Amino acid sequence: MKRKDFIQLSAMGLGALVLPNLPAFGTPVDPSRFLNDGIDVKLKKQLADVALNTARSKGATYADVRIGRYLNQFVVTREARVQNIANAESFGVGIRVIANGCWGFAATNTVTKEAIAKAAERAVAVAKANSRVTTTPVQLAPQKGYGEVSWKTPIVQSAFTIPVKDKVDLLLNVNSIAMKGGANFVNSAILAINEQKYFASTDGSYIDQDIHRLFPTFTVTKIDRASGKFETRKSLSSPVGMGYEYLTPTADNKVGGIVTRYKDRYDMLEDVKNATADVDQKLKAKSVEPGKYDLVLDPSHLWLTIHESVAHPTELDRVLGYEANYAGTSFLTLDKWKSRNFQFGSKLVNVVADKLQPGSLGAVGYDDEGVQCGQWDLIKDGVLVNYQAIRDQAHIIGLDHSQGCCYAQSWADVQFQRMPNVSLQPGKEKLSVDDMIKNVEKGIYIIGDGSFSIDQQRYNFQFGGQTFYEIKDGKIAGMLKDVAYQANTQEFWNSCTAIADKSDYRLGGAFNDGKGQPGQSNAVSHGSSTTRFNGVNVINTARKI
Amino acid sequence: MPILTKEAAQALLKKVLAYSKADECEVSIYSGDSGNVRYARNEVSTSGANSKSMLVVSSAFGKKLGTATINEFDDASLEKVVRRAEELARLAPENPEYMPILGPQQYGEASGGYNKDTAAIDPAFRADAVAKSLTITKQNKLVAAGFLENSVASSAMMNSKGLFAYNSSTEINFSITVRSEDGTGSGYASKAYNDVSKLDVSKDTSIASQKATGSKGAKAIEPGKYTVILEPAAAIVLIEQLIGSMDARSAEEGRSFLSKAGGKTKLGEKLMDDQVTIYSDPWHPDMPTSCYNNDGRPQEKITWIEKGTVKNMYYSRYWAQKDNVKAIPSPDAFIMEGGTASLEDLIKSTEKGILVTRLWYIRPVDPQTLLFTGLTRDGTFYIENGVIKHPVKNFRFNESPVIMLNNVEALGRPERAVSGESNQSAILPPMKLRDFTFTSLSDAI
Repeated sequence: MKRKDFIQLSAMGLGALVLPNLPAFGTPVDPSRFLNDGIDVKLKKQLADVALNTARSKGATYADVRIGRYLNQFVVTREARVQNIANAESFGVGIRVIANGCWGFAATNTVTKEAIAKAAERAVAVAKANSRVTTTPVQLAPQKGYGEVSWKTPIVQSAFTIPVKDKVDLLLNVNSIAMKGGANFVNSAILAINEQKYFASTDGSYIDQDIHRLFPTFTVTKIDRASGKFETRKSLSSPVGMGYEYLTPTADNKVGGIVTRYKDRYDMLEDVKNATADVDQKLKAKSVEPGKYDLVLDPSHLWLTIHESVAHPTELDRVLGYEANYAGTSFLTLDKWKSRNFQFGSKLVNVVADKLQPGSLGAVGYDDEGVQCGQWDLIKDGVLVNYQAIRDQAHIIGLDHSQGCCYAQSWADVQFQRMPNVSLQPGKEKLSVDDMIKNVEKGIYIIGDGSFSIDQQRYNFQFGGQTFYEIKDGKIAGMLKDVAYQANTQEFWNSCTAIADKSDYRLGGAFNDGKGQPGQSNAVSHGSSTTRFNGVNVINTARKI
Repeated sequence: MPILTKEAAQALLKKVLAYSKADECEVSIYSGDSGNVRYARNEVSTSGANSKSMLVVSSAFGKKLGTATINEFDDASLEKVVRRAEELARLAPENPEYMPILGPQQYGEASGGYNKDTAAIDPAFRADAVAKSLTITKQNKLVAAGFLENSVASSAMMNSKGLFAYNSSTEINFSITVRSEDGTGSGYASKAYNDVSKLDVSKDTSIASQKATGSKGAKAIEPGKYTVILEPAAAIVLIEQLIGSMDARSAEEGRSFLSKAGGKTKLGEKLMDDQVTIYSDPWHPDMPTSCYNNDGRPQEKITWIEKGTVKNMYYSRYWAQKDNVKAIPSPDAFIMEGGTASLEDLIKSTEKGILVTRLWYIRPVDPQTLLFTGLTRDGTFYIENGVIKHPVKNFRFNESPVIMLNNVEALGRPERAVSGESNQSAILPPMKLRDFTFTSLSDAI
């Protein structure tokens, strides 16, 4: 989608929510079409073999093929009105090869044996053309073929089986609660995604996967007409690797405290009521006094700080320089990893990479180059111990296997290294959020994610949030506004002094983690329990124009 | 499918419309071809080629709208997509903001965005360009990461009230980041053109290489308010946010930097320095853009900011009708006027200041003041008494383009630049601005 469209949507108060325009994401279809299974797996195997055999016969030493059917549905509303119901399907084939030691890629949305053979031929031609300017041949980590296998996101109910009317009714109900609560505007949306991916490679794998994701969200806006000031509060939901069951909460899924937060399931109607009350408070809140504060960060906020400051710098493609022209490189250079004593964070900080966690956006059985997924440590007792790698990088960090981090946003895009779920492990000692706050003299408790920005090597970051509560002498002393904190990644994680126990552990995440040229989106989750960081620099963001 | 000519597009769309049984029907065709090559660590990394075409049919019964698309063009497929759009329209809820389709429009001449040499670029051309670039970086013991992408496309629309619009365009887009082998210096250059003959990969690589070498050994200076010279590639990422926020509806609803107390807007008010004039012009010879927007409205030359005063906002057709004003569409690109000074002249006239090559990771902090945060990157230098004294460590800034354009000291000669954030082009000058707000230092190189 055009940046311009995104900016306009942002201006409407949808915040970071990215709503793709239709044609870019697929062909509009009748929603009943979502209920058919697509083409038979036997036929997919035949088509895949055409790609692999053609590539080999043209001189490829390796080839993989992805036959993808991507379904998505967006139901978008504002106030009492449905703005858009988009049902889209995208179907096609992407073929990646190595020829003359160089990668080549081509894709087609004509899913016939002839068109696939032609695309395979084109991919080999691209590889051969590029090999003229390549001196180091691609070196792939060995990968055994799995034969014919399959994997499916463990969902209770596919969002695509729920009638559109039910989704519209839910959202209009959400909007009605906000408007009755005095909101001037409310935007809400449900986004459902299903990736049906068939992968085959010359290693002998034929992998059929069915992946589901869901994201319900809203933004409530209130305007103080007298002053012309406005404030918003976004939902505390999270995009998830789940079916529609995410929207059927029970009391067990609710985390009490200053505002209800949600674990594994989400109560949209309750949250919008709370959000509407929060916006009132935000309009009246005290503007923050800049200075050093101890920060107590809720998982609904901390996921984004983990994403930017831990997950991105441990991406091996950045470390090696493959993203230097766009997303950037990383301060976590190989020498720091090799030293085995680079203190990324305090001893409390343990960060795990994971492609299996149930309910997470990154959970799949196999990655997009046919590697079975797993879990590994990135930061152990505060020390950098590992990265995120794919097959052509594994040898660089002495691994004899890929870590399964390869992903492409669609059949039409070439797969490359993308982050798995990266999560901060809960504290090992029993510690509640209330007990954590009791020990804070001068602090800010932050809930929900807001503005975010970090440099191209991931040293210096700045984060906002949804709601900010002043902590004075161990007690919550009311709401603050105009808050953003700035820190250096290593100093910040070394200032981590307390992590709540596993009873507080929750996932946050994003559908739109961007990287690569041309740009691609990745969906990923980050878990944590509420965590405290001491003496962080807070700025006041209020300005006058 | 090859890129459609005006005549071929017209014939195809006429045929599609003939199948329509809806109250209103609008059909659009897009056909495009693009190729790219990416390199890093002085080697080609990934590359790809993509051809796509799509026919979009929107059918309406009353205020119920359905849209369907297809990429097959035989008669049976064309009829099928029209029927599908009609079925979806019958199922759709009424849209109270639905606007009847437009009748025939006057679009002015084709804007000349198509160049046959750019349209003819092939993988060998791209590989040669990479080879030229790498020759320079390897000779200088530097490390390049770059991206070259070319595209050719045509689009056309026609509707049941007789509207027909057509546009074709080409573009080549090149960007390069050059780093020193030890990672202590980094430089950047980026360019976009419709006409490939203007692209000079070697020159851009040399500029990025000089900045990489020149930025080694950066010194830390205290964050604070500084006079800055933003090169066009740095300024564009903030000014595009300003232009992207000039929607009339948001302003009138009270949730934009153009909103005022009591539901009023700042239209007609002076918010910026006298030197600031920003307009859009589809026929600008250095940056031709489409002469129509995606709902068929003509794109005209429009002044958005004139001598610091907000002259126009853009409207959806629905909102314009409600306000009873002309429905000016949002622009495809913007042009900011400047002066005749070169970047070197701006540096020479600066007693103390910071030269910024690129701004990065731009995110909104406060939509009310249009406050954004982000960082400098790939070549930041300290100027004293008219000369570049030394490279400085990168800064984080928190600044609003509205405030920044109120603090203009001098504007240089405008040139076409491309945003490293959105990939969109604009024409704008290098600009010297006082009191630009840097809030912290970054160790990033």
